[in-house]
Amino acid sequence: MTPSLLIEQTLNGVQFGIMLFLMSAGLTLVFGIMNFINLAHGSLYMIGAFAGAATQAATGSFALAIVAAPIAAALAGLVLESALLRRFYGRDHLDQVLVTFGTILALNEATRILFGLTPLRMDLPSALAGHVEIIPGAPYPTFRLAILAVGLLVAASLYVIIMRTRLGMWVRAGASDRQIASAMGVNVPLVFAALFATGAALAGLAGVMAAPILSVQVGMGEPILILALVVTVIGGIGSIRGAFVAALLVGVVDTFARVLLTPALGGMAIFMTMAAILAFRPKGLFPAHG
Amino acid sequence: MRHVLAPVFALGLLSGAAFGAEPVRIGFLSTFSGPSGQLGQELLDGFNLALDQNGRAIGGRPVELIQGDDQAKPDVGRQVAEKMVEQDKAQILTGVNFSNVMLAVARPVLDAGAFIVSSNAGASQFAGAQCNPHFFAASFQNDTASEAMGLYLQNKGVKKIYLLAPNYPAGKDFLAGFKRAYKGQIVGEVYTTFGQLDYAAEIAQVRAANPDGVYFFYPGGMGVNFVKQYDQAGLKKTIPLYGPSFSLDQTVLPAIGDAAVGAYASAFWAETFDNPQSKKFVADFEAKYHRIPSPNAAVAFDTARLLDAAARSIGGRIEDKPAFQKALENVKFESLRGNFRFNTNHYPIQDFYLTEIVKDAQGRPVMAVREKIDSDHKDAYVGQCKMPPAN
Repeated sequence: MTPSLLIEQTLNGVQFGIMLFLMSAGLTLVFGIMNFINLAHGSLYMIGAFAGAATQAATGSFALAIVAAPIAAALAGLVLESALLRRFYGRDHLDQVLVTFGTILALNEATRILFGLTPLRMDLPSALAGHVEIIPGAPYPTFRLAILAVGLLVAASLYVIIMRTRLGMWVRAGASDRQIASAMGVNVPLVFAALFATGAALAGLAGVMAAPILSVQVGMGEPILILALVVTVIGGIGSIRGAFVAALLVGVVDTFARVLLTPALGGMAIFMTMAAILAFRPKGLFPAHG
Repeated sequence: MRHVLAPVFALGLLSGAAFGAEPVRIGFLSTFSGPSGQLGQELLDGFNLALDQNGRAIGGRPVELIQGDDQAKPDVGRQVAEKMVEQDKAQILTGVNFSNVMLAVARPVLDAGAFIVSSNAGASQFAGAQCNPHFFAASFQNDTASEAMGLYLQNKGVKKIYLLAPNYPAGKDFLAGFKRAYKGQIVGEVYTTFGQLDYAAEIAQVRAANPDGVYFFYPGGMGVNFVKQYDQAGLKKTIPLYGPSFSLDQTVLPAIGDAAVGAYASAFWAETFDNPQSKKFVADFEAKYHRIPSPNAAVAFDTARLLDAAARSIGGRIEDKPAFQKALENVKFESLRGNFRFNTNHYPIQDFYLTEIVKDAQGRPVMAVREKIDSDHKDAYVGQCKMPPAN
């Protein structure tokens, strides 16, 4: 492998990792802080991608699509949370897995009825459709650099919000001890609903950022959900910092394993990495609670 | 009341048998749910269009269509197929799109005495050693589209090819078919995890290997992802993309968009075919379903027309199995594909074409025919088939 190919593949790994981070951030927040396993996170990602593609098809505007997608996913998340999922916060994880798995099936079917089974597409504006020669001889797609930038921006904003603002403090308080936080005047149900909507919006953003690269189709949320769960578990449930580091790790490991190993081994590499990390750190790299 | 009506019913049944009005029961087993559900719908729409244009009749008898969903799972397909032949008394089974489902389904259906006329799945097993008097593939043998593209690149003198496919049986079959015909240098042969989303790493390796072309087989969403990302990496102009029509047909082209323009596909039928029956089919299909048909829909349409022609040639008496088998073997009908006939293993002998993805008058990507690659293309397995006598 030549040095420039090595750099290009590292960049590919980091960029794939950033895309996984966008997807995992919301999942780990809801899972870690609300102690709620939301398998339907992949469906919210799908809703973001479809909302983006449909908005672009209707208005012709890429910018509008990027804005509409997280909003649509957040609204869908709010409806889901208040109508159904809220009732499962106190239940055990198996109940939560069952109800959110059912939600996946229902949302997939609803999307099929609304949009049909032919995949949709989202086109890039010409400014983002080209490529930039950041490595000599290996032009890199501009839009992938844009995904990198958006991912880093989201990571930084989340860090600031959770660690430096009053809202973030409420979130952390609600996670540590829901009853005490309530007694101290924090409106925990409201904070949780807002948190769930934020997680949904992040999934929607991930969906619309993936839409120009991937096929926008029914069921697109499931394969990425599996990767996002791996990231969440490696990073330590509930830790944004952990999700960030784990996403980059998974992206880079997956990229190099695919290139250097046989197909069967390459496909397993991230799961073997997960097993190895959990063997030494059963709570992941950066556990959020103790 | 019952006394009065009983003779009327009896008479009705009698006259039905006498005038061939007893329905022909056709089991249509395909994938209607999950990510591949689009394929089953495409096949069913093509099949239904032909039936509608024929007054919902096959061989002059009304059709009773029994629809079933195999969920892309062989075990589910087998259960549904068994119910179709045993309980619903289906006489003909069609619609199956996945070869692994077909492999699970064929034995119980054939043992129950029904015919299978495949409108899509073209497994090599039934083309070769396991060929069966009552099994017909109106579609293609799986390897043939890849053989055709290999043949084209071989004839054109393209020296270095890079191969990509998902790591599952059909992926390996398609690349094996390609290598059977292409004798140039293979500079890379990569099998990716089934369902992989991101291909940036593989595309970087392609660029580094600098081949004269890439032959890929990625069905469904995988193909959409791969072709879009290949185009975004700026490789399509320098290293052309070649694939079988299954990677570049109307089931995926609307989702790929302009990124597919300039890629090449080998095809036995394309939506731009210039024969009258094909033009009418595309126009009728678009009017009814508001989308351009894929080769899957075209083959399903052909399958219904073929069944009708064969059944009509024997006066609709498909219960006479040896006669129906003979009628199918020698069937004459106006195929959308133009040149079509069955080989001795009951798989097609048909022509293959090179198509290029271009935009039509409305800016939609379509497969445009560029040249004929091979006339009367036969599959590679026919020699292994010792067809048992008719029964």
